[in-house]
Amino acid sequence: MNLRDTFRRDRVFDVVRPGTRTIKPGELDTGGKYLLYMENITVSFDGFKALNDLTLYIEPGELRCIIGPNGAGKSTMMDVITGKTRPDQGTCFFGQTLDLTRMSETEIAGAGIGRKFQKPTVFPEHTAAENLELAMAGQKTTWHTLVHPLNGEQRDRIAATLNTVGLLDRHDHVAGALSHGQKQWLEIAMVLMQQPKLLLVDEPIAGMTRQEVERTAELLQQLAGEHSVVVVEHDMEFIRSIASTVTVLHQGSVLAEGKMQDVQNDPKVIEVYLGE
Amino acid sequence: MRHSDLKTALTDRAARWFIGILFGAVALVVLLNQLIPADSGLHVSSYTVTLLGKYLCYALLAMALDLVWGYCGILSLGHGAFFALGGYAMGMYLMRQIGDRGVYGNPVLPDFMVFLNWQELPWYWLGSHSFLFTMVLIALVPGLLAFVFGWLAFRSRVTGVYLSIITQALTYALMLAFFRNELGFGGNNGLTDFKDILGFSLREDSTRVALLIATAIALALAFVLCRYITGSRMGRVVMAVRDGESRARFLGYRTEHYKLWIFTLSAVLAGIAGALYVPQVGIINPGEFSPLNSIELVVWVAVGGRATLYGAVIGAILVNYGKTVFTGIMPEAWLFALGGLFVAVTLFLPRGLVGLADNVRQRLRKSDGNNSNGTANDDQPEAPHEPA
Repeated sequence: MNLRDTFRRDRVFDVVRPGTRTIKPGELDTGGKYLLYMENITVSFDGFKALNDLTLYIEPGELRCIIGPNGAGKSTMMDVITGKTRPDQGTCFFGQTLDLTRMSETEIAGAGIGRKFQKPTVFPEHTAAENLELAMAGQKTTWHTLVHPLNGEQRDRIAATLNTVGLLDRHDHVAGALSHGQKQWLEIAMVLMQQPKLLLVDEPIAGMTRQEVERTAELLQQLAGEHSVVVVEHDMEFIRSIASTVTVLHQGSVLAEGKMQDVQNDPKVIEVYLGE
Repeated sequence: MRHSDLKTALTDRAARWFIGILFGAVALVVLLNQLIPADSGLHVSSYTVTLLGKYLCYALLAMALDLVWGYCGILSLGHGAFFALGGYAMGMYLMRQIGDRGVYGNPVLPDFMVFLNWQELPWYWLGSHSFLFTMVLIALVPGLLAFVFGWLAFRSRVTGVYLSIITQALTYALMLAFFRNELGFGGNNGLTDFKDILGFSLREDSTRVALLIATAIALALAFVLCRYITGSRMGRVVMAVRDGESRARFLGYRTEHYKLWIFTLSAVLAGIAGALYVPQVGIINPGEFSPLNSIELVVWVAVGGRATLYGAVIGAILVNYGKTVFTGIMPEAWLFALGGLFVAVTLFLPRGLVGLADNVRQRLRKSDGNNSNGTANDDQPEAPHEPA
């Protein structure tokens, strides 16, 4: 057993606080200061280091924006968290106990990490409400879905989630007929139906009108608090408008982190990204 | 949202219309056949009764295909195989009903076995004298074949055109097998010369009427069952698999299970259609496995309109009526007409006749609204309609 294994996050606490843990293995333990711990992550593709010794912590209920020029490793970082890409080095823990580098994509999704992809992929011939019904957490066997219609509580949850993203009046509209922005919100609502603790949002405002962008900013701020939200975005204007903690990535590692004003005035950041 | 349970599946508007029209038409034909004397102009011949029964069997088959193609997106080009297997199961029972009235007068062996010098029934004919056992076989044989075939295909994620091709190969292989005398199903000639079903003579008008009514009941029950399934949450998952299988898988659904159960159920329905078909037409032979039949079946569903269930029924009845009329006038041109029909429907009516009717109705409603209000109200969102 090497040194790193001995000091893995889930082991350390066992030794330090024997008998105090009531969380079963495999269950999410949010007792620590942070919800997500990424430490010293390195990912390389054919010698190119997409992530280079990246360390990042996300607090519960935080709204975090990740910016950086193309190729800074933003998408690779998301892929590591969701289990799509395995890091060559480093650890990635969700809460105190869940080692994301050892879990499959479905297990990670089940543990409470939801990801909204860049391109909206709603089911176009289902209504908005039916899209949420499909995404809802719960039993997904053929027999269960055949004999159990939605109960009142589940129907209320669908309506409440649609209300959260401002699509309640589109409840029975076919998703294919929604505008681009509405599809994006519907997709966010679909992720919310899985009741995630951590919500990863990839470029949420691509192709949106000004009003839709404002609405999206409000929505993301509203979601933070109950969920931790990580937003990857290019648009500086948008990030300024949601005024949260910003992490700037450059060449696969963190270049700067802090409040938007501080980051904006950081000479290193100005040089590589903002100044261009 | 479209909620569904068995009660709504039975009582919603489409089901009431469907069952109403179906039984209305059948009742009319039966009454005109049974009560009006044969010399009256209003009399409906027994030929027409049987013809209608045949169309309803095709309608049930088309509905079965619509379930897998229209709702689940699996284009099966071999559904005729399940129909024929159900037909053969029924044919075996009908052969045993002949008893010693065959040409060779053997009380146990069907004529073709005597002709082949077989001494006893092959094991797979045992039990075929029992109607109850035959009913089990009718569902079990096509269902089991579809289950095994589907399990292998869907588990290996064979989809799209590749799946269509192997279903086509399946029905072709079965056709070649059933042509062989050694297989014990009458070879080239198939099973025919039937006399009775459940002790009633197949030549009697009353038996023909009873078979027509049985077919109509089977069609109505299948319609309610399919509506229940397609209106349930499972149905919506099935449609999600059709529109984005990998997305559905990503949401945590085992899509291959959904496809497998829909495919198997559809095969069972096709088998029941075949079993009802055989006593009405009086013969089942390997020609029913012909790939051409399965392709024609796809045309019926395309003409009627996919993913509505009743569209498939309308398509099956209309195309087959057209075939009856057309082959009476100029038989050699029928295949050209059928091909032309398919091309025309694909190009101009992607949603079939049902889609056409929807478009017309919407246009009428719109022009109605314009006339009564004087102005077109543009800010009123249009009623959502499903794209093709």
